[in-house]
Amino acid sequence: MSMAGAADATLVRPGEAAETEEKAFGFWIYLMSDAIIFALLFMTYLVMFGNTAGGPEAKDVFSLERAAAETFLLLVSSTTFGMASIAAARADRERVVMWLVVTAALGLGFLFLEFDEFRGMIAEGAGPQRSGFLSAFFTLVGTHGLHVSIGLLWIFVMLGQIWMKGLTLPVLSRLYRLGLFWHFLDIIWVAIFSIVYLPGLL
Amino acid sequence: MDASGLPNERSAAPYLFGLALALILTAVPFGLVYFGGLEPTTTLIVIAFFAVAQILVHLRFFLHIDFHSTPTENLVVMAFAIVLMCIMVGGSLWIMFDLDWRMMV
Repeated sequence: MSMAGAADATLVRPGEAAETEEKAFGFWIYLMSDAIIFALLFMTYLVMFGNTAGGPEAKDVFSLERAAAETFLLLVSSTTFGMASIAAARADRERVVMWLVVTAALGLGFLFLEFDEFRGMIAEGAGPQRSGFLSAFFTLVGTHGLHVSIGLLWIFVMLGQIWMKGLTLPVLSRLYRLGLFWHFLDIIWVAIFSIVYLPGLL
Repeated sequence: MDASGLPNERSAAPYLFGLALALILTAVPFGLVYFGGLEPTTTLIVIAFFAVAQILVHLRFFLHIDFHSTPTENLVVMAFAIVLMCIMVGGSLWIMFDLDWRMMV
């Protein structure tokens, strides 16, 4: 549709506005229940922290520099997603695409560092089957990484939809919910470095 | 966050202010662990304090949650989730560490 473009963002049919409200609220309920899942994974990690079964301990397998780099990538990606949201509010299609691509690149960088960490740990015999501590670590940090992967896939789907449909109301509504998801994952990461990496390296 | 469910923030200032605050709140605990100036217990308390502060910064400046524009339903759901998390995490840790202590005596 060649007419699809920035101007469509202002065309709201009756009933559609209420629909985006409901979808955003429903997604917020999902995020809160996801937060409860993460809280319980954190609780499991804290209980398992000392159960190393004679295997590697936290300070043998964690790297402060890597955790700092991952933190930085995710934090900056949260900000660049904010820039994409601003561009979407201004119906500036080129800038939305540009900032989403930057956000996806930062997210990919984060995932690369995390995969590299997991691969290194498994290669030196510190895989999830080694001890209760490592099982809990891989479950917690891996679940967050899985969420980031899904968020990344969602960004690519949104890029495709913006390319094909333009910034229509349903696309803007999905972009808004993706923003909630992406900022939420950064909050979970704050808890991960504050509960897993920093205390583990003390 | 407001009731519209659509992107509506038009100023970059909150994001950049949030980024600056979050960078400071991240750098201090990482620096404490890297340089190791304080006792471990004190460091843990400082890390916890900065984590809570940074989460509040993210909620305010990235998710734009406040007490004016955010719908009350969203705040109630969040408050309920926080209560559930406190009960489940606090209760589980209490039970598990109490059991551990009983096994040891």
